[in-house]
Amino acid sequence: MAKLIPLQEPLPVGSYGKRSNGWWGLLTLIVTEGSLFGYLLFSYFYLAAQTQQQWPPDGLPRLAIPGINTLILLASSGFVWISEYCLKSKKIRSSIILMAVAILLGTGFIMIQLSEWNKKPYTMITDLYGSLYFTITGFHMAHVVVGIIILSLLLLWMMLGYFDDKRHVSVSIGGLYWHFVDGVWLFVFATLYLSPYL
Amino acid sequence: MNPIAKNSSDAPLMRVPEFGRAPLGSAAEKRLASLWETLPGWRGWLATVDHKEIGLRYIITAFVFLLIGGVEALVMRVQLARPDQALLTPEQYNQLFTMHGVTMIFLYSLPILSGFSNYLWPLLLGSRDMAFPRLNALSYWLFLFAGIFLYVSFPVGQAPNAGWFNYVPLSSLEFDTGPNIDVYALGMVLLGISTTVGSINFVVTLFRMRAPGMSINRVPIMVWGTLTASVGNLLAVPSVSLAFFLLWLDRQTGTHFFDVSNGGKPLLWQHLFWMFGHPWVYVVVLPAMGIVSDALPTFCRRPLVGYAAVALSTMATMLLGFEVWIHHMFATGLPTLALSFFGAASMVISIPSAVAVFAWIATIWLGRPVFTTPFLFFAGFVMLFVIGGVSGVMTAAVPLDFQLTDTYFVVAHLHYVLLGINVFPVVGGIYYWFPKFFGRMMDERLGKWSFWVMFTGFNIGFFPMHIAGLMGMPRRIYTYSGDMGWNTINMVTSIGAFLFAAGILIFMVNALISLKRGALAGNNPWDAATLEWSVSSPPPAYNFAVIPLIASRHPLWENRADEGAARSSLDEGYLLLQGRETLATTPLDARPDLILKMPDDSYAPFFLGLFSALMFAGLLLQWWDFAGLMAIAGGIALTAWMWPGRKQEQSASAMHSARDAEHG
Repeated sequence: MAKLIPLQEPLPVGSYGKRSNGWWGLLTLIVTEGSLFGYLLFSYFYLAAQTQQQWPPDGLPRLAIPGINTLILLASSGFVWISEYCLKSKKIRSSIILMAVAILLGTGFIMIQLSEWNKKPYTMITDLYGSLYFTITGFHMAHVVVGIIILSLLLLWMMLGYFDDKRHVSVSIGGLYWHFVDGVWLFVFATLYLSPYL
Repeated sequence: MNPIAKNSSDAPLMRVPEFGRAPLGSAAEKRLASLWETLPGWRGWLATVDHKEIGLRYIITAFVFLLIGGVEALVMRVQLARPDQALLTPEQYNQLFTMHGVTMIFLYSLPILSGFSNYLWPLLLGSRDMAFPRLNALSYWLFLFAGIFLYVSFPVGQAPNAGWFNYVPLSSLEFDTGPNIDVYALGMVLLGISTTVGSINFVVTLFRMRAPGMSINRVPIMVWGTLTASVGNLLAVPSVSLAFFLLWLDRQTGTHFFDVSNGGKPLLWQHLFWMFGHPWVYVVVLPAMGIVSDALPTFCRRPLVGYAAVALSTMATMLLGFEVWIHHMFATGLPTLALSFFGAASMVISIPSAVAVFAWIATIWLGRPVFTTPFLFFAGFVMLFVIGGVSGVMTAAVPLDFQLTDTYFVVAHLHYVLLGINVFPVVGGIYYWFPKFFGRMMDERLGKWSFWVMFTGFNIGFFPMHIAGLMGMPRRIYTYSGDMGWNTINMVTSIGAFLFAAGILIFMVNALISLKRGALAGNNPWDAATLEWSVSSPPPAYNFAVIPLIASRHPLWENRADEGAARSSLDEGYLLLQGRETLATTPLDARPDLILKMPDDSYAPFFLGLFSALMFAGLLLQWWDFAGLMAIAGGIALTAWMWPGRKQEQSASAMHSARDAEHG
């Protein structure tokens, strides 16, 4: 080709869905945050494989409440997803309600997790397992708290009428972060609650 | 809402980008300048998001750290020049060698390359800015504050003192009770955030911000180098940040991660540190190798030999770099099988490295070299790279490494690699791009002096260290007895070190003089091939008056090199002047994909960086309430930053028309 021909068809302007830089930025953030959790879990398995101690110190973990809590967190992700879908279909009111439910579910997860923490017979400094358990779940809890703040801001911005069916990139990006926080919990859950059964 | 208002508010959501010319002085060009220029005065200084300004700040700040680290090295060389010296106490020596390592490895070697990349990427890629201009500013502020943070305890004699890799249990509370290690741990987490956000910016910029037509096989090699390093950072930096955080927890709260008496494992530290540390070695050299791959061909008057091979070897080196961390731990008693595997993997790295070396040699061989100062630095780099590479293969052999671990041989190797592959390309790169940065040439005569003094001093200083190591001199000793047989070697090393420093001094004098009196450069003083040389020196705030259309790998050499019939369009292109705009393209083929609305200057990055640094200061001083307060303040700054902006078209059009009605 000898001559370059200028573009004829129109291009979207500004932050537009998955073509926005923010979306790409969040994907890279997920890569690096995912690595962080990877190294955390590596540390767990590295120490667990060599320990001489009773592991976990209070016997095999009970699964009922943490299992339900996992479902609560996943459900919250589902609500965020449907909320975004409603926004795309111009159902802004449902979108707001669904987002509020997602936030409530996420808050519920935090409350249940806090009560789980309270029930543990050990603390962060009692023994090695306690250090690992509270650091790993603490890291995840910090992510849930940040996620809830993000969802609350999205809810506020929805109620202020900032988003419609065409422009809602913040919801897509914030929502993706929440899905990541929930997805990474499955790895944390599998490591702390399921792997001792192996 | 009447239909006309609706149409006018929806219209900007899709648009055919205007095509045309914007020569200097035209109305379009003037409009662009007014859109992109930073406010004068301290407000603009704090708020600027111009990648060129940020890039220069990075380079200058990192260079200051190079000088600080260099002075630390010279003080140590005075101490070691003769046996039984008492200039420094052992504790002072510990702090000096630790801070020397920390400064050079973390505060100089990557930040200076980030500086080059920040300044050059948009210019190389034909864009008006990086993907995330404000993130760019944040990454600089965090780097600056983390650098200050790491030095804050130095004046009171409480600097980090357990070596830059900071092994436990030496660095545990039991054996190191002062604030020294806490400063290091928290400073590294803070610096890690800076590195991470910077890397995110580079990755997204490469995939989204190239001029149309600059398909993935046409990007300059330096871009490949920085991209590879940035992906490496995203995967590796969390490891060291986590290690330092866990160490800080151990020291502050009494957790047991590295606590031997309670089942903790010191080797966990070494694994986490080197899983980061070895990729990091490539992070601080691959972009510098990219500098050479891009700049050396200019002085050989021909394109780089083996573009695809060099690009692929860059990535192969990084990939292998993730599988060799154990070679730092050969002497820790790991199973022989692991040692063999990691020893072999370490040797395999010499293959992609050799591909690059042969490509550079072939480029010189097949070209018509012009022996200017930058050429000397790049050619010198190739030689030092080979020496450093060979000593690297030697230490990859497990039995030899058992003998050489923790001796001066390793010190010699790592300095050949880090100075050879980082400092020489960087100084050469400054000679090369100085005219672009400041519009003036650096002096050739002083330049040649600076090269030969640096090159001679470097080899006199560091080559004998190999021999000192083979003679059994351990690293990190603060003095030695006169009958060890190391006297002459150490004296020669110290003389070489000062000669090298004199070379750096000549370079700095040259830079300062040239800044004022250098010959005016013009757009393309070296007659180079890449896009940054198509704009004025220094470049205008908007970089490119029109977004160019790229048809080849060497847009400025199309009329002479054997580049085929395709011609890039540099004077005529996409205008994009309805606000700060630039073009996003598709990741592989670089077809136009989106008109990006770029952010204005903003204080948010500065304040977010400041509050983060203050939060870490609070953690260091155990002012928990203050730290919490700063976390909240940082959160507010971040919220303000993320608030859906109207200019970036992040929010609904209905709101726009409502606001337009209010303001209009």
